[in-house]
Amino acid sequence: MRDVNAPVVRARNLTKRYGPFLAVDHIDFDIRPGECFGLLGPNGAGKSTTIKMLHCFFPPSEGELSLFGLPAETHAREIKARMGVCGQEPSLDPDLSVLQNLVVFARYFNNTGREARRRAEQLLAFISLSHKKNAPIVSLSGGMKRRLQIARALLSDPQLVILDEPTTGLDPQSRHQVWDRISHLKMEGKTILLTTHYMDEAETLCDRLLIMDHGKILEEGTPPELIARHVGGWVIEIVHPTLEVRAWLSERGLAFEETSARAVLHPPDAEALFHALRQRFPGCSCSLRRATLEDVFLKLTGRELRE
Amino acid sequence: MNRRAHGLSWRAVRVWQRNLDVWKRGWKINFLPPLLEPIFTILAFGAGLGAMIGSVTYRGQDYGYVQFIIPAIISISMMYSSFFETSYASFVRMYYQKTFDAMMTTPLSAYDVIAGELLWGATKPVFYTSILLCVVSVMDLFVGGPPFLHYPDSLLLLPFCVVPGIAVACTGMVCTALVPHIEDFNIPFFLFVTPMFLFSGTFFPLDQLPDWVGIVAQAFPLTHTVRIARAATLGRLEAGLFLSLLFLAVWTLVFGWLALRLMRRRLLGTNLPG
Ligand SMILES: Nc1ncnc2c1ncn2[C@@H]1O[C@H](COP(=O)(O)OP(=O)(O)O)[C@@H](O)[C@H]1O
Ligand SMILES: [Mg+2]
Repeated sequence: MRDVNAPVVRARNLTKRYGPFLAVDHIDFDIRPGECFGLLGPNGAGKSTTIKMLHCFFPPSEGELSLFGLPAETHAREIKARMGVCGQEPSLDPDLSVLQNLVVFARYFNNTGREARRRAEQLLAFISLSHKKNAPIVSLSGGMKRRLQIARALLSDPQLVILDEPTTGLDPQSRHQVWDRISHLKMEGKTILLTTHYMDEAETLCDRLLIMDHGKILEEGTPPELIARHVGGWVIEIVHPTLEVRAWLSERGLAFEETSARAVLHPPDAEALFHALRQRFPGCSCSLRRATLEDVFLKLTGRELRE
Repeated sequence: MNRRAHGLSWRAVRVWQRNLDVWKRGWKINFLPPLLEPIFTILAFGAGLGAMIGSVTYRGQDYGYVQFIIPAIISISMMYSSFFETSYASFVRMYYQKTFDAMMTTPLSAYDVIAGELLWGATKPVFYTSILLCVVSVMDLFVGGPPFLHYPDSLLLLPFCVVPGIAVACTGMVCTALVPHIEDFNIPFFLFVTPMFLFSGTFFPLDQLPDWVGIVAQAFPLTHTVRIARAATLGRLEAGLFLSLLFLAVWTLVFGWLALRLMRRRLLGTNLPG
């Protein structure tokens, strides 16, 4: 019998080259059954490329990859039958209605007839789109389209659900709706692989995270672990720090990240320092707040723009 | 590459079914071009040009001009319908709609997707040919003289049309695998489709042109399609036509292989420079 705790995804030395360009650079990771695994990284980090290897879109240039204990190279069809993928780019079929999008897609998994239709209607209810079932795709809002694309990934009742930036470009209401659906999937015990640019999303939804940049893994751990390891509990932000403030900080040997407008500190005893700072520079506009995953992310991947 | 995991399978039919479903959704509009276009062509060329030309000699016998060009018009609509499908229409599905990317996240392989598109491209001429056979048969009822369609031989066009259909669909798919932008389909239209349209023994017999044109024309799938179609509608089927059928089969093998190979490379995005 297969071990129930065996990883759903096992990647070793996973590598992808586009010509000479290394998009994914010898990475190792496991995704365990039932967890929501977050893949974070700036644009161009290699997240989508990693995901495309996982759903057997193209083979790795190097390394080993297996899903559900099956090698990706030889069992692509079996693997794909057991996972659902919601890609980063919109790919709903504009030539078909909302319901037809699901029914036709179910057929690719060899699910046909009344059973497929029942499942499609059930999923439309799950994403609150039953009232739009005969509508053309062009008539849907951005949030509705994304929900439908997520529902489409659930048609085969997959063990592993892959969501590549499922909330990018959505308004706050739609984002919350998507989060709610993802939490629901977690409760159902599905294994989820999620990429996102929203750190609050990763912090609330993901059990475990992997931060990557330039094709390499920078960090791995649970959100609280990563916060504790890299930025501690509290953060001090100083808006437009004057030269005196900087000198004062440097004297104390305090490292800070700096942009043109602000300095960000992750000191060990933040509260005491914050009060000392306020006492010494009463006019200084500074604040003390809880550290977030975003602080970790920016600390690890830097603040300069990508692309 | 592992064949069972990434090769061709019966699942290609699912892609064909998707296209059929889309076609059925708009069947009222999809029905019009195959109905109207050839009627216009027959009217313009037949009534207009035919009055000037009178009769044409084909394999030692004289035929009315309309009788002569009707099989060509049917053959051209076979070619256009399948070429259009795997060029412009497949390109839109691949590039703008990301339909193939979505399909490839399911148990379908890239080859299944491509083969399903080719099958669909070969199916389009079935609609066109059946509608045309009906339209011309109705014309036969009202126009006197020798019939435009010799029955039952003309019924052979229905199973036959999938042969040039698949040959031309494979050619269109090779173009889709290669063109950078959708406007670039102008090139295969200009270099391949239009010369075929004119120089495949369509509107005048090939022996009226310089010898070398006739020889080059033997390399066009449309030449062989028209030869078979004309023999059928005029009731002059003969054993020698097997060579034309063989030509279309070999063309399909060569271009089908190229279509699968080149298109898979394009779908996987591994043919990008750098
Ligand atoms: N098909 C491709 N051909 C060449 N380079 C590509 C291709 N797809 C992605 N890349 C490059 O690979 C890198 C990683 O891309 P991607 O995996 O899409 O990153 P992410 O999803 O993390 O933003 C980027 O630099 C991107 O430009
Ligand atoms: Mg991406």
